[in-house]
Amino acid sequence: MTATVAPRISGAVLIRRSRRIRALGLLGALVVLAAVMVASVMIGSRDVGLGDVVAAFGGSADGFEQAAVVKRIPRTLLAVLAGAALGVSGAVMQGVTRNPLADPGILGVNMGASLAVVAGLAFFGLASPSLQIWVAIAGAAVTAVFVYTVGSLGRGGATPLKLALAGAATSAALVSFISAVVLGRNDIAGTVRSWQIGGVGGSTFASIEQVLPFLAIGFVVCLLSARGLNSLALGDDLAAGLGERVAVARGSAALGAVVLCGAATAVTGPIAFVGLVVPHACRLIVGVDHRWLIPFSALAGAILLTIADILGRIASRPGEVDVGIVTALIGAPFFIAIVRRRKIRAL
Amino acid sequence: MKQERPARTASTTPPTPTTQTVLRGRVGRFARRRTVVLVLAALIVIVLCVTLLVGQTIYSPGEVFRVILGENVPGATFTVGRLRLPRASLAVLAGLCFGLGGVTFQTMLRNPLASPDIIGISSGASAAAAFAIVTLGLGGTQVSIFAIVVGLAVALLIYTLSFKSGVAGTRLILIGIGIAAMLDSVTAYILSQAADWDLQAAQRWLTGSLNGPGWAQVVPVLVAVVVLSPVLLGQSRNLAVTQLGDDAASALGVRVDRTRLIVIATAVLLIAFATAAAGPIAFVAFLSGPIAARIVGPGASLLVPAALVGALLVLVADFIGQFALGTRLPVGVVTGVLGAPYLIYLIVRSNRSGGSL
Repeated sequence: MTATVAPRISGAVLIRRSRRIRALGLLGALVVLAAVMVASVMIGSRDVGLGDVVAAFGGSADGFEQAAVVKRIPRTLLAVLAGAALGVSGAVMQGVTRNPLADPGILGVNMGASLAVVAGLAFFGLASPSLQIWVAIAGAAVTAVFVYTVGSLGRGGATPLKLALAGAATSAALVSFISAVVLGRNDIAGTVRSWQIGGVGGSTFASIEQVLPFLAIGFVVCLLSARGLNSLALGDDLAAGLGERVAVARGSAALGAVVLCGAATAVTGPIAFVGLVVPHACRLIVGVDHRWLIPFSALAGAILLTIADILGRIASRPGEVDVGIVTALIGAPFFIAIVRRRKIRAL
Repeated sequence: MKQERPARTASTTPPTPTTQTVLRGRVGRFARRRTVVLVLAALIVIVLCVTLLVGQTIYSPGEVFRVILGENVPGATFTVGRLRLPRASLAVLAGLCFGLGGVTFQTMLRNPLASPDIIGISSGASAAAAFAIVTLGLGGTQVSIFAIVVGLAVALLIYTLSFKSGVAGTRLILIGIGIAAMLDSVTAYILSQAADWDLQAAQRWLTGSLNGPGWAQVVPVLVAVVVLSPVLLGQSRNLAVTQLGDDAASALGVRVDRTRLIVIATAVLLIAFATAAAGPIAFVAFLSGPIAARIVGPGASLLVPAALVGALLVLVADFIGQFALGTRLPVGVVTGVLGAPYLIYLIVRSNRSGGSL
């Protein structure tokens, strides 16, 4: 760490970034996102030239290259949407729990959604995609409430350590439930695998269409609760003193976050660490104001997940590595870095 | 106050009432622990005998005994000698390893949730074993060695990363959780690349399974238990003293960092040997300690009772997985499903009471 820079960006300066920096950041993120999306369509087990991409967007599907582009469009879209959803979900969860380690993956919320879908498939023959999304959201909500309740029992409330341990232990429990459900059922084992490791490879326009309304509602709820999150960051008492209805603010924000990560998990499977990494990175650019942080996290999450998906396709040609694996490999060192930087008392 | 009979320990000076109470308490705790250990050992022997006798075909105790002595009994020699005996031995040995390794970490980090399955030790061994078998095509002892080397390296990495003006337990746990997430995804990737692997075989590296071990897999674990558990038991006193906190322990003459390193290395080795042979049997390392603590009560050393609880858990869970349900389930799935509710109860309880075993 460079000691000369640290004092300048520490403390109060981070809370309010100038409008110019934020606007530049926003512009930059949009440009990067566009570039990454184009790259995602071009790169794969067979690389495609820019000409073919343009042709494919024009509606033609001649030859191998253009067909590949057509196949890659839905997965790119899904990566963008799911990444945005997870990024926002993580930012809101960190705000609601006032906890730097909150993330839908670490808290086990994604696994809850997965288990709900897997159990629905195995026991009730739940085939309809829209029902699966509802079930996933319900599973995510139950898990989120459970983990938060358990993590905040006892002295000191929901400390990062207690919350992370409760999340890790709960997701270990959920994983073993999932494997118990799957093992007896070889008929659904193939379908279910995609809910054990997150990936965007199998996406179709139909599945994106199904999940889009849920994501839209989740985004809107999260954006509307940004103000409340800013008050909550001051502590419950101070927020109440400012006239914020603490329970309502916290509940609605958490609901938005759960809808986002539940719906995303319903189509992609559990993807961890996007929600952890993205808000931390964004805070460096836009500061801690949630009204800026949430849209930024959406963009950055989309960029991160799309890049992770591209990396997964490059890493083991001609096969591919599921994006859930790539994000864990990128995200876990980041998690460790956050833990190392904090003082022991704060854990 | 009524004058009690002198305590059983011979002492030259007549004991005061206070020392008497302390002594009585100590004697009572030791007696209780001894009873628990004996009962657990007896239960293990009983369940072991049942698993040897009962299966698709049921053999008489005489036949099984003759097989163990090395005689050739038609049918039984193969079924008992080649299938049931290695399997049951591995169950007991792996259970001992997981129980002992788990309770060591929980005691050392003073947190029942800080078991090797959560903080990345099991994940390291399991990722290494999966890599050795699936990608490198190794087998037998080579897999064990590979898993052990990587397991130690991972433990060292976690320890080093959490070292920042001394190792803080909380930081170690959190960093372990991060490492575990990484390693689990590596395992998932390795398994997804091995297309010709069936789900059962993959399950061994995801939750643990005792299906079809030969003696070649059992012997390394046996050696590990015989060599390593005395080392760990020898440190149990120092380990108990470090519970008082690093400063108090140093003042009492315990070399804290040295004790911690020996204990971590030994526990990691135990876990790695067992994982290489049977996979990370879910939650056994996690549950043995707290269950033993519940049975034995406060104050006594938990190492031996927890090891025995581990062995019993694996034996019983494997028996349930094989015969109690319609389909044959790997042992890790049974311990996972049985263990998960207890685990959740444990988190709730330990958070309420502030986190001792």
